[in-house]
Amino acid sequence: MRAKKKNEKYREKRTLAKFKNQLPLHVMLLPGVVTLIIFSLVPLVGLKIAFEKFIPAKGFFGEQQWVGWDNFELFFDMPNAFSIIRNTLFIAVGKIIVSLVVAVTVSLLLNEIRARKFKKTVQTIIYAPYFLSWVIFGGILITILSPSEGVVNGIIKAIGLEPVFFLGDEKIFPFTVIFTDVWKNFGMSTIVYLATLTGIDPGLYEASAIDGANRWQQAIHISLPAMGPIIMLQAILSIGGVLNAGFDQILVLYNQQVMSTGDIIDTFVYRMGLVDMQYGLSTAVGVFKSVITSILMVLGYYLSFKFTDYRVW
Amino acid sequence: MVKKRTVAGTIFDIFNYILLGSLALICILPIIHILALSLSDSAAASAGRVGLLPVNFTTAAYEYLMGKKDFWQSVLVSLKRVGIGLPYHLIMTIIIAYPLSKPASRFYGRSIYVGLLIFTMLFNGGLIPTYMVYKEMGLLDSIWVLVIPSAVNAGNIMLMMNFFRNIPKELEESAIIDGAGHIRTLLQVILPVSLPSIATITLYIVVAHWNDYFSGMIYMNSASNFPLQTYVYNIIKQASSLTMNLGMESTGENWRLLAKISDRTVRSAQIFITAFPILAIYPLLQRYYIKGIVVGSVKG
Repeated sequence: MRAKKKNEKYREKRTLAKFKNQLPLHVMLLPGVVTLIIFSLVPLVGLKIAFEKFIPAKGFFGEQQWVGWDNFELFFDMPNAFSIIRNTLFIAVGKIIVSLVVAVTVSLLLNEIRARKFKKTVQTIIYAPYFLSWVIFGGILITILSPSEGVVNGIIKAIGLEPVFFLGDEKIFPFTVIFTDVWKNFGMSTIVYLATLTGIDPGLYEASAIDGANRWQQAIHISLPAMGPIIMLQAILSIGGVLNAGFDQILVLYNQQVMSTGDIIDTFVYRMGLVDMQYGLSTAVGVFKSVITSILMVLGYYLSFKFTDYRVW
Repeated sequence: MVKKRTVAGTIFDIFNYILLGSLALICILPIIHILALSLSDSAAASAGRVGLLPVNFTTAAYEYLMGKKDFWQSVLVSLKRVGIGLPYHLIMTIIIAYPLSKPASRFYGRSIYVGLLIFTMLFNGGLIPTYMVYKEMGLLDSIWVLVIPSAVNAGNIMLMMNFFRNIPKELEESAIIDGAGHIRTLLQVILPVSLPSIATITLYIVVAHWNDYFSGMIYMNSASNFPLQTYVYNIIKQASSLTMNLGMESTGENWRLLAKISDRTVRSAQIFITAFPILAIYPLLQRYYIKGIVVGSVKG
């Protein structure tokens, strides 16, 4: 009895000492927690705007009229609701697929280059566009893709073809968005694959060469399978992004002529909210998007953990 | 490794060099073209005669920009943003990542903090509610709105946390045995051996601050508070501001200027100036940024 009490007291003391010892760690996290509460959690309260007939003059914390699901219904009754969702999915999924295929292919091709200097130079250059903002890269694209003065159409005209309205033709615009995104980012995406390729045991290649495998067979039967898990991981993790078609990019590149195929959920939310001041509608569409995105992201992380043991935290 | 050279293999090699070489060219030529455009005169630029070298070389577009106050004002805002944002975000990242790098057994409550981070990463108020909160707080039109709310970046924290975890445990343990507390251990033992990782995070923060245009666009009302990227966004979205402004006051001097510069050349000059800091630190980016990506993605 006595021993037990003593033991308890001892344990209490130890817990206290431990807490005291760990207190500085909690203090270090305090500024971050405060930042998250004020700038991330408090705005969550504002999600109620999605269910209100929100009048800005009454203020954010003011009394607003509750309208239930009206804003959501309003959106889905809009004639362009369907096309906005379709555009978003088309562009986002297109980007995921094209960029995966291009990055894996370029990594395999780079892996076949034996001249080290050439390989290094190519790598250095293809990483570069990633670091330019969409304003800069988009500004460059608008300049070079212009049908009248742009250098790309200059070349197209010089070989006797009709100029292409890359950014002004609603049929072409989604593809322009997909390919310019891949253009900007494919270099950066090769990094993870190249890292995997350099990790492959050279003995595997030597053994297969002795068995008479040529380079094509080596690429298909050794290199590609070695990249399998990481390709799978990238694919699964991109599930959460199927409603992210690239807001920064499209806001820079799109225009009135390509609204029917270029308008995505994010640009719609932005225009409705901050340009047309339709706060309720805009927030409702944002909620719709983020609910689906969160579910898909959690699903993606769950699947990746299950299949590849990948853990973020 | 001795490899047999086959005809097919050689043909493939030639094809491969050409393909990868062209891919590299596609990535570098646009920026060279923009530089050439900015240094050409307006007639050559609008006739599409400029390729990779300036035609009728002139620095008129840059001279015109030199006297453009609003442009330099926005450069100043961007520099200020990086100047304040970098140390602030760096310190925040370090003091959040360090406690989280400890296992839950040595830091009670870790999972609560991680949970909060993941929660705020997954769920946010979205555009309008966030905008309204910042507005109520009187943050609009101030440099702080570009710096303070974004200070907790889950990606950077995760990366820094993984860097800290890769430091040999013995280093920290010996410091603790010597009687150093957590803060002293962090400052005198952990940080000195983390300089490459700090360099990586520094570049992430600088690039993010310099490249962001959207927060400047929505949270700044007056044009004098626009960061450079937001300023350039407005330039590329309105097709012909310059010719209209100069053309309206049809003084002889303006017409002479318009013969040398056009929206196209001035816009190109602005794009090049805005991209320049990124290009200038590119050797560093290439060295540290990429290492971070590898550590961050294929650690498992």
